[in-house]
Amino acid sequence: MGKTFSEKILGSKAGREVQAGEVVTVSPDRILSHDNSAAIIKEFKKLGVKNVKAPQKLVIVLDHIVPASSEKYASNHKTIREFVAEQNIPNFFDVPNGICHQVFSENGFALPGKLILGADSHTTSYGAFGAFSAGIGRSEVASLWAVDETWLRVPETIKIEINGKLPSGVYAKDVILKIIGDEGADRANYKAVEFTGEAVKRFSLASRLVLTNMAAEMGAKNGYCEPDEKTIHWLEDRAKDDFHAVTSDPDARFEAVLKHDISSLEPQVACPHTVDNVKPISKVEGTGFHQALIGTCTNGRLEDLEVAAGILNGKKVHPQVRVLVIPASRQEYLKALKKGIIETLAEAGCIILNPGCGPCLGAHQGILAPGEVALSTANRNFRGRMGSRESEIYLASPATVAASSIEGKITDPRKFS
Amino acid sequence: MKKGRVWKYGDDVNTDVIFPGKYTYSVLEPEEMARHALEDLDPDFTRKVKSGDVIVAGRNFGCGSSREQAATCLKYAGVQAVIAKSFARIFFRNAINQGLPVLQSEEAVDSIATGEEIEIDFSSGKIKTKKGVFTFSPFPESVLGILEEGGLIPYTRKKLKGKK
Repeated sequence: MGKTFSEKILGSKAGREVQAGEVVTVSPDRILSHDNSAAIIKEFKKLGVKNVKAPQKLVIVLDHIVPASSEKYASNHKTIREFVAEQNIPNFFDVPNGICHQVFSENGFALPGKLILGADSHTTSYGAFGAFSAGIGRSEVASLWAVDETWLRVPETIKIEINGKLPSGVYAKDVILKIIGDEGADRANYKAVEFTGEAVKRFSLASRLVLTNMAAEMGAKNGYCEPDEKTIHWLEDRAKDDFHAVTSDPDARFEAVLKHDISSLEPQVACPHTVDNVKPISKVEGTGFHQALIGTCTNGRLEDLEVAAGILNGKKVHPQVRVLVIPASRQEYLKALKKGIIETLAEAGCIILNPGCGPCLGAHQGILAPGEVALSTANRNFRGRMGSRESEIYLASPATVAASSIEGKITDPRKFS
Repeated sequence: MKKGRVWKYGDDVNTDVIFPGKYTYSVLEPEEMARHALEDLDPDFTRKVKSGDVIVAGRNFGCGSSREQAATCLKYAGVQAVIAKSFARIFFRNAINQGLPVLQSEEAVDSIATGEEIEIDFSSGKIKTKKGVFTFSPFPESVLGILEEGGLIPYTRKKLKGKK
């Protein structure tokens, strides 16, 4: 019987052969944290140790509330900067850089075969590069900083085979929303999800990141795409360490193999207040909204901004909506700037904000009032997430959000393609 | 046996309604976190919760963010345990790491009504409700160790001290 990529990566970390269901004690290759590092530092200081055991493994990115919007947030950032200096943590990315998952990836920390743990639920993202990466909580990260090891259960793996060719105007976001809608928000709880099939092979790394990022919304412990030539090419001049690709054996044991054909897929929309409340665009077309968001760790990359600009080029944002554009990172921002994409979006009437998480988690930069509705490219639409408990969030692709921004109501982007 | 009054909720209770994101980086003290517990799910909860109460819920309790405050705020609000049909994995780890027992029993959840008083025996893995006695798998030793110390931080601190 062969092994899954999870069994192989965790087995090699544990120094023995392992199978799904076993619990292993492992030391990760990288440990990610963001603005929550301030709270982690507080816990770390209760442990009675002076120094972080492996400071070179830590990657800290300030992204959630950047730049600080209050004295409290400013103090958190200051605490983190002081700790980074005192502990000689080499990989610190201050407020200009962007969202942790994009910054972590583009700086070459997300590598095939590596074990990455992070204090963020969307740490699942790095599976797009063939890593085993999972989210954990603050106490666990504090403890990892001190002892450099933790326990993990080797997950069973669900294989999701995506076949067919994407119709025009339909994107990776629509694919993953459809899958989550069909399978449910807890289908992959505690499990690894391996995305495979001809469609995934054709996807860019940016599109694969949409799949693995949103695997978290199926409850997955980690998401994964098999590394290929595109992955290796993407990592050239970026990879921070040596790596080797780890893949599932053809005869590995999968908990389930789910097949999806996307050849006739329509654009999809996740309706309030759960990510698995997914409907085809034809069922929600015409729904009004007040604020649009194009950005986040799910859909704030160059290819997303480019699609949005393609639709908004020469058009105007509807006067009754406000459209926020937040590039996922400074690197992506600069690329979009040089290609004229930012100019196109600004001319259409979009508000361009600095790279970061923006209003996705309801902390700043565009909070919703009671009764307001948002249409967003983010990954979560839980009640109250972007502001008032009485507000609503719809999730869709950058194309759908851009097309809808022109019309002032949810609109099928295929009209514009 | 420990007694507790029940607050019952449905499936997919997510971390944003347990502890809203807008507080995640501004509220750092556990007692203050407790004042926002379940704010966007049940605005009555923090006014009426009593020490020793138990939360009972459906599938996928705690889905969403990795924010540990979702567990911390419940613990400091006085909740002694959460019983659910299933838990989202990061919440499950966080709850144990905060010293908050999380018990899985589909049958128990179906039999319990909100407001009911139930009894939990943590050592034998039993939940006694009006309709009967239900079992949950007792915790493995490693997890029990963390729960007994009141969470991962005191547990790790003790382990590190022992090494010196």
